[in-house]
Amino acid sequence: MLEVRWHGRGGQGAKTAAQFLAEAALELGKQIQSFPEYGPERAGAPIRTYTRIDDKPITIHCSVKEPEVVVVIDPTLLNTVDVTEGLKEDGILLVNSAEEPKVIREKLKFNKGKVATVDATKISLETLGIPMPNTPMLGALEKVKPLVSIDKLIDKIKAKFLKKIGEEKTNANIEGIKRAYEETKIG
Amino acid sequence: MATKTKKLTPLTGDQAVAEAMRQIEPDVVAAYPITPQTEIVMTFSQFVADGKVRTEMIPVESEHSAMSACVGSQAAGARTMTATSANGLALMWEIVYIAASTRLPIVMPVVNRALSGPINIHCDHSDTMGARDSGWIQIYSENAQQAYENTILAMRIAEHKDILLPVMVCQDGFITSHAVEGIELFDDDIVKKYIGEYKPVMPTLLDVDNPVTYGPLDLQDYYFEHKRQQAEAMKNAISLIPDIMAEFNKTFNRKHDLIEEYKMLDAEVAILVLSSTAGTTKAVVDDLRNKGHKVGLIRPEVFRPFPKQRIIEAASKAKVVAVLDRSDSFSSQGGPLFDEVKSAMYDADKKPILVDYIFGLGGRDISMEEIEGVYKELLDISKTGNIKNQINHLGVRE
Repeated sequence: MLEVRWHGRGGQGAKTAAQFLAEAALELGKQIQSFPEYGPERAGAPIRTYTRIDDKPITIHCSVKEPEVVVVIDPTLLNTVDVTEGLKEDGILLVNSAEEPKVIREKLKFNKGKVATVDATKISLETLGIPMPNTPMLGALEKVKPLVSIDKLIDKIKAKFLKKIGEEKTNANIEGIKRAYEETKIG
Repeated sequence: MATKTKKLTPLTGDQAVAEAMRQIEPDVVAAYPITPQTEIVMTFSQFVADGKVRTEMIPVESEHSAMSACVGSQAAGARTMTATSANGLALMWEIVYIAASTRLPIVMPVVNRALSGPINIHCDHSDTMGARDSGWIQIYSENAQQAYENTILAMRIAEHKDILLPVMVCQDGFITSHAVEGIELFDDDIVKKYIGEYKPVMPTLLDVDNPVTYGPLDLQDYYFEHKRQQAEAMKNAISLIPDIMAEFNKTFNRKHDLIEEYKMLDAEVAILVLSSTAGTTKAVVDDLRNKGHKVGLIRPEVFRPFPKQRIIEAASKAKVVAVLDRSDSFSSQGGPLFDEVKSAMYDADKKPILVDYIFGLGGRDISMEEIEGVYKELLDISKTGNIKNQINHLGVRE
């Protein structure tokens, strides 16, 4: 079973991203779970959300303690939250940051597994015109840990967003996913 | 077996229950939103607003009013539902008893949440366990899929002519109510056919040809007889629910039962637990079985009426059984589930050693390691016969 932990701030779409990934996997015939960790909810507060993906039915309902992948949607969380807590030895840490992976490694004193960075906020500003880094992070995640394929993500963006936000913004989201996939640095 | 792939829809436990309510399409829903039930009321209200159901939605000003409206509406002959959690259930308390004693088959999804205080919005079973003597049937669901199915199943249990009792369909707050899983939704037509048109068994308030009174003063002369009938209805329920479940299972290709036994056949020790924790425990059972330990799980699905005979049959298979209670009754002799199991086992020919673990209060996470720890203690008790504590608290700072 694959377990992903997402770190974001309330309002940044960490819950949406976790669920988006789960739904894409479900459509590919996988078993899924996606759930947020509910604390006192307010915009800007640090939150964690989770995605579980497996080939077999998932019966457990305990929290995720040792994720294989950690995705940090808001880089300012690196200063306040222990984002590598419980991360597996060969795990993957993916951070929305303009920095090189080795800078993040040094900052967090994290020498295990894989570290990847992508400037998802910049990509989101340049494609969508607003700082909404969650969709680009899905593209970056696909680069560092192929789970559902870029094509599947794009199909799903179209199915979910086209009616809701129109063609222009949907295409901007797709562009964001593609760019993040290309621009992700692994180190 | 099944040749075509089942289509799974990503839904939270709350959304899944709202889908069941959409398919049931009751005549009336009177509800007040409360965390973590809110999404049920929100989603169902949207169905009403979108014209997907013809239900009369009454957005009342409190849960006391919600259950009062339900009693009035069901007594008038309308199929009626509501939903609640924790303090909402506490506020409707007075009318909860009246609904049961008036023999009104109201179905109420309850998303289990800790009762205040201290104030807490997360899962434990203190809300519905407090209502265990209210005369309602109580069904506990392991996951969102079951919460969906049990909501549909509950209609047929509640409305059975020899039962006529309200039903609470419980699921774990946030743990399943707010987690998205792939849900297999049945076809609307099949659910509607299974539920059928509502035909009240007794004359209703709006039946002018057969005028009746509901809820009159009932003193020393007949109160006792009415309570005796209520007890009889619950007794009927314990023998009729298996048949109702069998029909549901046949219609929808499912396996509902009063209790679920998981790898109990040769189990030396077992855990008995309700709702979502049973799912986590299954994974631990599999792990320990792979290491050669004979462990099993008993998950009561129906708690009211209490499936005594089935519990005796299942628990007697093991030498040691731990009951995991997600609430405390503050009786100083363990949680409510432990109480009931212990009481039932008094009549068993073969009595296992019973221990209680109170866990998960206020939403405290229970890990697979902690459950494994319980099994290890049980295996130890099985070997030595030494019980350190009959009543334990799992995962708490002491």
